[in-house]
Amino acid sequence: MKSRMAALVLAATLAAYTVPAMAQNNAPSPTGSNPTAQSVTEQQVLEELGKVKGRGAIPDPKEVVLEQPQGREYQAFHERLLPWIGGILTLGMLIALTVFYLMRGPITLDERPAGVRIKRFTVAERLTHWMTAASFIVLAITGLNYVFGKRLLLPLLGPEAFSVWSQWAKFLHNAFGWPFLLGVSVMAVLWLKDNLPDRYDLEWLREFGGFFSRRHPPARRFNAGQKLVFWSVAVGGGILILSGIVLLFPISSLDIGSLQTAQYVHAVFGMIMIAIIIAHIYIGTIGMEGASDAMVSGEVDLAWAKAHHRLWVEEEGARTPDGPQLGRSVPAE
Amino acid sequence: MARMKFLCDSNRCIDCNGCVTACKNEHDVPWGINRRRVVTINDGRPGERSVSMACMHCTEAPCAAVCPVDCFYTTADAVVLHSKDLCIGCGYCFYACPFGAPQYPRAGNFGSRGKMDKCTYCAGGPEPDLSKAEYLKYGRNRLAEGRLPLCAEMCSTKSLLAGDGEIIAQIFRERVHKRGYGAGAWGWQVAYRESVTA
Repeated sequence: MKSRMAALVLAATLAAYTVPAMAQNNAPSPTGSNPTAQSVTEQQVLEELGKVKGRGAIPDPKEVVLEQPQGREYQAFHERLLPWIGGILTLGMLIALTVFYLMRGPITLDERPAGVRIKRFTVAERLTHWMTAASFIVLAITGLNYVFGKRLLLPLLGPEAFSVWSQWAKFLHNAFGWPFLLGVSVMAVLWLKDNLPDRYDLEWLREFGGFFSRRHPPARRFNAGQKLVFWSVAVGGGILILSGIVLLFPISSLDIGSLQTAQYVHAVFGMIMIAIIIAHIYIGTIGMEGASDAMVSGEVDLAWAKAHHRLWVEEEGARTPDGPQLGRSVPAE
Repeated sequence: MARMKFLCDSNRCIDCNGCVTACKNEHDVPWGINRRRVVTINDGRPGERSVSMACMHCTEAPCAAVCPVDCFYTTADAVVLHSKDLCIGCGYCFYACPFGAPQYPRAGNFGSRGKMDKCTYCAGGPEPDLSKAEYLKYGRNRLAEGRLPLCAEMCSTKSLLAGDGEIIAQIFRERVHKRGYGAGAWGWQVAYRESVTA
């Protein structure tokens, strides 16, 4: 009796399943049904969500992404767009500076040196600057290797030697991000106050710093050009650090799309920063007479200070984080 | 020469993970690395569908294009392989791969990436075929033994097909014709820029 009941129930259940299936008899299949008619198609999912995700037995959120066609867009960015962006920015800046140097020559000091040297940057400021500078140069060279290495160095070195170099470049790139982070943070704190915009900046920018007119627009401790470098390093460096940390720790909650975005940002801002720092290095060395003294020995000639940073000397008594060096009563001439 | 491809007939895949297990065992794939995986879409809801996925050995493979040390190469059978001696573990191939195939062992502090590992289509690596060095780095080279990838060989429902693209596409078309429906070859449009229609 019991088994008969069970058979009945089973038959009823089977009937319940097969009847609606038989109803859609228009499908040309032997059973006359399509058990997956309700299933989404690959095309539908890709059109709606842009990627195919699901659930998997492997406990790793990255493993449940079945398809992410955005990989092809990343490929196009990395292999076609990025080398052009990088090439135009870095080579373009080098060419522009060469042309400027050949046409204008270095910015010289017209006044005779005063023979009196005043402090421009403290030891702490110079240490921070050079730590950041050294880190940036290592990061820039090893970073450019990711994009241009295989195009320029690989044919010269051969695959094995280039791979050894690139392995080291990767270690260095990952390691030097930390002193760069420290340097940018300390510099941002040390120099924030002197880099706030003031009323002289517009005039300085309008005259393009006197690069062409050979006149020196007035400036406090930092002129508008230096302020632009400061803010580029603070903001651009900050963006590079944040995106770099995302790439350094592929945090499991971030999906591949976020890592791609971090890569786009990191690569483009890296190229922009390299171009800006090339200009910064130019003006700090061969581009301007007496400029490198400030950051190397920390001291500049009083005449240089008066020419380039008149208000810093006259109004602020050549103040550094150690305090003013000149009494306000000291006459300008 | 053949143009080797994978095709997962998702109307047959039952999410048994036999392919995943076969692969891990055949190649002694280390803990934490999965060369193949099964993903279930709409799990537990009407229209649920499972697809087994690994490296698809793409045409114009994005991983090979973005690699900064050019460590990838394509065999005569169109299998995309790479050299672990040259790989620097940068992670670019993972960003570029449409199928999440590249995997990295945690090699150093802070989980930094070691040398990439991925499905080799059971075709080893650049070392001499069937050598011990090849086995240790890339796993067994079944193709050199005249065998097809083990994941497909062991598939309990013959959902996962491996072999020459023309032949497996034909098998799939015949199935679709016989049973009257088919969900297409998942990933083919992205990987090979073609689809299989019956």
